[in-house]
Amino acid sequence: MSVLVFTENWDGKFKKLSFELVSYASKLAEMLNTSAIAMSIGTVADDELQKLGKYGAAKIIRATGEGMNILDNQTWVNSISDIAEKEKATVIVLSNNIMGKALAPRLSVRMKAGLGAGVSGLPKSTEPFVVYKKVFSGNAFADVLIRSEKKILTLSQNSFQLLEKPEVPEIMNVSVSLEAGAVKTQVKDVQKQTGKILLTDAEVVVSGGRGMKSPDNWGPLLELAELLGAATACSRPVSDEGWRPHEEHTGQTGKIIAPNLYFAFGISGATQHLAGVSSSKFIVAINSDKDAPIFEAAQYGIVGDAIKILPKLIEAVKEIKGK
Amino acid sequence: MRILVCLSNVPDTTTKVKFIDNLTKLDTGGIQWVINPWDELSLTRALELKDDAAHNIQQVTIAHVGLAGSEPTIRKALAIGADDAIRVNADPRDAYFVAAQLAEVIKINPYDIILCGIESSDYNGSTVGGMLAEFLGIPSVSSVSFLNIENGQVLIHREIDGGKEILTLPTPFVAIVQKGITKEPRIAAMRGIMMARTKPMKVTEPVATGPLTEVLKYELPKPHAACKFFDPEHPKQLVEMLQNEAKVI
Repeated sequence: MSVLVFTENWDGKFKKLSFELVSYASKLAEMLNTSAIAMSIGTVADDELQKLGKYGAAKIIRATGEGMNILDNQTWVNSISDIAEKEKATVIVLSNNIMGKALAPRLSVRMKAGLGAGVSGLPKSTEPFVVYKKVFSGNAFADVLIRSEKKILTLSQNSFQLLEKPEVPEIMNVSVSLEAGAVKTQVKDVQKQTGKILLTDAEVVVSGGRGMKSPDNWGPLLELAELLGAATACSRPVSDEGWRPHEEHTGQTGKIIAPNLYFAFGISGATQHLAGVSSSKFIVAINSDKDAPIFEAAQYGIVGDAIKILPKLIEAVKEIKGK
Repeated sequence: MRILVCLSNVPDTTTKVKFIDNLTKLDTGGIQWVINPWDELSLTRALELKDDAAHNIQQVTIAHVGLAGSEPTIRKALAIGADDAIRVNADPRDAYFVAAQLAEVIKINPYDIILCGIESSDYNGSTVGGMLAEFLGIPSVSSVSFLNIENGQVLIHREIDGGKEILTLPTPFVAIVQKGITKEPRIAAMRGIMMARTKPMKVTEPVATGPLTEVLKYELPKPHAACKFFDPEHPKQLVEMLQNEAKVI
């Protein structure tokens, strides 16, 4: 018996997200009186893999093979389920991110393992196995019983803290050999922005809505983001108007994020917007309408014109951060 | 070529949900039911593809797992422009159960492109599409923000962290679609609403398969402390609070 955690790597490097997942899996393994085994697909250097040991991975599996460099859901699921069988994993943990959403559902059917999707903490109990998750886009939560013997969990991002539990894990190599034609997904091109803080990774997010009045007013918002090392986001009307790129749209149909701090400038806070940001640890709202629903979701607020308040806020951040 | 659009029937996204029977059941009283927003996008994209005669798409079918109560939502999809619909007459107990039922529909009557929304706004699982593809043993691509057919080849954009991949794959496959797949969901015109009344809606009975999960109890979000307001002339106090009390900057 073991808990297998699938850790995604980005060009051979792990992120905080990977360490959160291993921390989670290791704590879960403790609850089940077993150990956590981490796996990653692709070329990752030994010293990078060893970093997973710091958060409690007792063993690390590196799966490599020709054709495994691009995400093909079927071949990757084959590889993960093979490893899960060999390691007698009863629970498999993935992130509830792009990668986890691509793989976890297929794994669930392959292994006939009930899927707890988007869980936001450790199981409430392991016998029976009950997980806790957000439902109705954050308007409610639910206790979900997983009946099957094997289980798959996808963990919501930024919902579990890093827990150090140093281990000296052995690294095991698994070489995956694919039959000709096994990889159905063919990538023709990759378009990627570099050097920008990703919205889904950011601990601080600075976001603007219609109250910003015009795309010409975004300068100070970007400046504040830069000062705070934050990513930028926007509400749906802003991306629909083409004021900001679609990738920045946060909300029910856009990106769902959970930063430590979310600044909402000139965003009224419609249910659909809140669905995308309600898991933020702190929300700061700046809006001229004191009755705007965003203030019900926010911990801190300023009633006033976002455009006028931004420069003052920037000055204050410079002053305090400069100390 | 034939396209299947999988459709989920969900409470209108502005609904304040309530629960009954000691918080074990959704209170359906007063709920306005709608097509799941992401399924509406995939239906719209399917119809756009069909509109272009060059793609030679003969049929856009709706598949749904639900009891008779969800027929108005299916009719709405037919009014928007789908050609026909199949409803598996069962309470959608969990994602695994739903995907298993949809897979049976497709095994009997295969489709080339199967579209699923990336999530449903009720259980937010992001699971049915991938499960369905695995039941059928066909490829799946998740986080699809663009889908087209060019020179007989399917072209897909898949979102990745900080960008996108442009990829192709052979049919049949399941595309799990998200925002970007189309601009605006298509709405039903009066003519569509009239025509929808006579479009075929087939009802089939479910196959026996157990759900693997079950909701035991719901909980409403706890009201959090009231918002603390700061003077718009002196936002410094707010910044100090963020640094010293919240410790987030």
